Amino acid sequence: MSSDLETAAHPETLRRVAIDPVTRVEGHGKVTLLLDENDHVQQVRLHIVEFRGFEKFIQGRPYWEAPVMVQRLCGICPVSHHLAASKAMDMIVGATLTPTAEKVRRLMHYGQILQSHALHFFHLCSPDLLFGFDSDVAKRNIVGIAAAYPEIAKQGVLLRKFGQEVIRITAGKRIHGTGSIPGGVNKNVSIEERDYLLKDVEQIVAWSQASVGIARQLYEQNLDLYDNFGRFKAHTLNMVRADGALDLYHGGLRARDMKGKTLFDHYDYSHYWKEIFEDVKPWSYMKFPFLRRLGPEQGWYRVGPLSRVTQCDFIPTPLAEEQRREFMAFNGGSAAGATLGFHWARMIEMLHAAEVIRDLLHDADLQGNDLVSKGERQARGVGVIEAPRGTLIHHYKVDDNDQIIRCNLIVSTTHNNQAMNEAIRQVARQYLDGRKLTEGLLNHIEVAIRAFDPCLSCATHALGKMPLEVELLDAAGERVDLLARSSIG
Amino acid sequence: MNSSLTFQLDGATIPFADGQTVMQAALAAGHYIPHLCYHPEFKPHGSCKLCTVKVNGRTTASCTMPAEAGLNVESEIEELNALRRTLVQMLFAEGNHFCPSCEKSGNCLLQALGYDLEVHSAGFRHLFPDRPLDASHPDILLDFNRCILCELCVRASGEVDGKNVFALSGRGITKHLIVNAESGLLKDTNIALSDKAMQVCPVGVILKKRVGFSVPIGERRYDQRPISAQALDDAPRQSDAGGSCAACEGTP
Repeated sequence: MSSDLETAAHPETLRRVAIDPVTRVEGHGKVTLLLDENDHVQQVRLHIVEFRGFEKFIQGRPYWEAPVMVQRLCGICPVSHHLAASKAMDMIVGATLTPTAEKVRRLMHYGQILQSHALHFFHLCSPDLLFGFDSDVAKRNIVGIAAAYPEIAKQGVLLRKFGQEVIRITAGKRIHGTGSIPGGVNKNVSIEERDYLLKDVEQIVAWSQASVGIARQLYEQNLDLYDNFGRFKAHTLNMVRADGALDLYHGGLRARDMKGKTLFDHYDYSHYWKEIFEDVKPWSYMKFPFLRRLGPEQGWYRVGPLSRVTQCDFIPTPLAEEQRREFMAFNGGSAAGATLGFHWARMIEMLHAAEVIRDLLHDADLQGNDLVSKGERQARGVGVIEAPRGTLIHHYKVDDNDQIIRCNLIVSTTHNNQAMNEAIRQVARQYLDGRKLTEGLLNHIEVAIRAFDPCLSCATHALGKMPLEVELLDAAGERVDLLARSSIG
Repeated sequence: MNSSLTFQLDGATIPFADGQTVMQAALAAGHYIPHLCYHPEFKPHGSCKLCTVKVNGRTTASCTMPAEAGLNVESEIEELNALRRTLVQMLFAEGNHFCPSCEKSGNCLLQALGYDLEVHSAGFRHLFPDRPLDASHPDILLDFNRCILCELCVRASGEVDGKNVFALSGRGITKHLIVNAESGLLKDTNIALSDKAMQVCPVGVILKKRVGFSVPIGERRYDQRPISAQALDDAPRQSDAGGSCAACEGTP
């Protein structure tokens, strides 16, 4: 379903407003708006202007290098790429993971979910959510949060720190470790390492539970805003366990249309290309994935916490499951389809991650020494994982000399490309249409983008500010107005 | 050892035996001189120049300089370390050394030297040479991108293995490592995993396939102790001048 605001009929007659850069997955993106003479929005596009090239320069490299090399795509969720590539390489080496290997990897992954979700909610989004979208820009950042809500800021920092420590212990480093290798892992979790994490894990679960409460409270207090801000209908894609439970490490693919009808379920992702394909559009370097059976126009979908929490049958940890039920029942289920419902769903996932980490730490398999397995060598490997931002697909072909000859990566933010475009079009209709631009209005666009937690907000948002420039041009292309904001304010 | 045979190294008195070089005597006495192409089991080569010292005020490679009584050797001085940093920067710039995804990271002599000498910047524009891998051998991978032309593999294959699998070809900036086979491919040689040539590469050129990142971070050769400490462990001690080579042990 392409939006009516994707391409204006006569762009040459319209005034162009650009938010450039919005920054992207550790790079740059921009938003362009075309307005008519009455300031009505006629076209809105989120352009991703980065070019990464990993799929090309991994070619020729030995397959065992992939999990370490491709994680450099990202400094925020490298574990996701590390593990997705490792899962693909498990297929290449014909491995069936040992219990220790799978549990160490799961621990690593849920540590990643915990730290990434904490980073997003507390560091990146809480300034918008706690102060207001068009509040004083000087305070709308993590420093402002620390001053006004010191306990919340502290919990955010320590939640993230704990997740990073889980990653360090399982991967060797907090960022860009090497713990996962084709067929398994290169280390277990020692008793000392386990005990080091155990001493804090109950507090982490408690803080995560409180975080869900904060997200819910914010939603309840601003019900009309949260229900309707950038709201749109979308198909969904996510991975579920064989019994339908939420599983962020492994499972089958589930797709449902916007009315809730199941399109496919428990689909073996090793043949994902039969159901998922990528469209290209001339105005963005980022591809537009779609469900083949619905076609490129109608087949776009949404991934990430909102899809996962709403489309799983249950969450297999008690505290998070209780919160999921409340989320789904809230106000007749209105949060389940709301763009700002992402935040609440994300905190439910963070709670789930904390519970999973706690349970795994009590599992003696973490101290096992059977770390690696292998079987019959294969030429093709596909690895799929539910990264913090959504479904992540890695696909490789390896020749007889052990060199990678083909690579395709569909990252979470790419899946959400069209969905993010839809969200900002809705926001443009709701808040910008016919109005004079202000910084606060601009931030509404960013708030919609941030709800998806794309890497494009993570990469530049450390101080709570995206570098932005909005230019207002008249019909002759002359600048009428300019709003600029640098990354340092 | 004749007690009268000593020289001065950075103010310390270094005893030596007849036939020892300045490098050998210094390492044996527990004094580190940065080096790259020197290997305790092979005849000194003198090509990398990292071990350059000042002997009585004149620069020379310590690995080839015979020790003599009364020499005044300077090594740990900023003037020389600055030159060593530049040499390391040039080696990094000439090849394609992507430490973040290199399986030799943590076990790499060049990387360890970079850390030890505090090489904090590239210094030079990278040349980004086009050097395809040779993955033709079923068990051994050659990644020419990382070659620093130390010739240790050439020497090991010729002098120890008796196979002459490797050689250097070309001159100047075009000099490069080649495989001694009509096809130019490693699969057409008689190299074996047990060869000495498999053990001596200080960087990530000659690799046993499918080992990758099997050693976790924290347990790699230079994770715990810098190269300056490791090199002293590796060096033949005064009572063991014939020398086993710890440098060849434990490296995957």
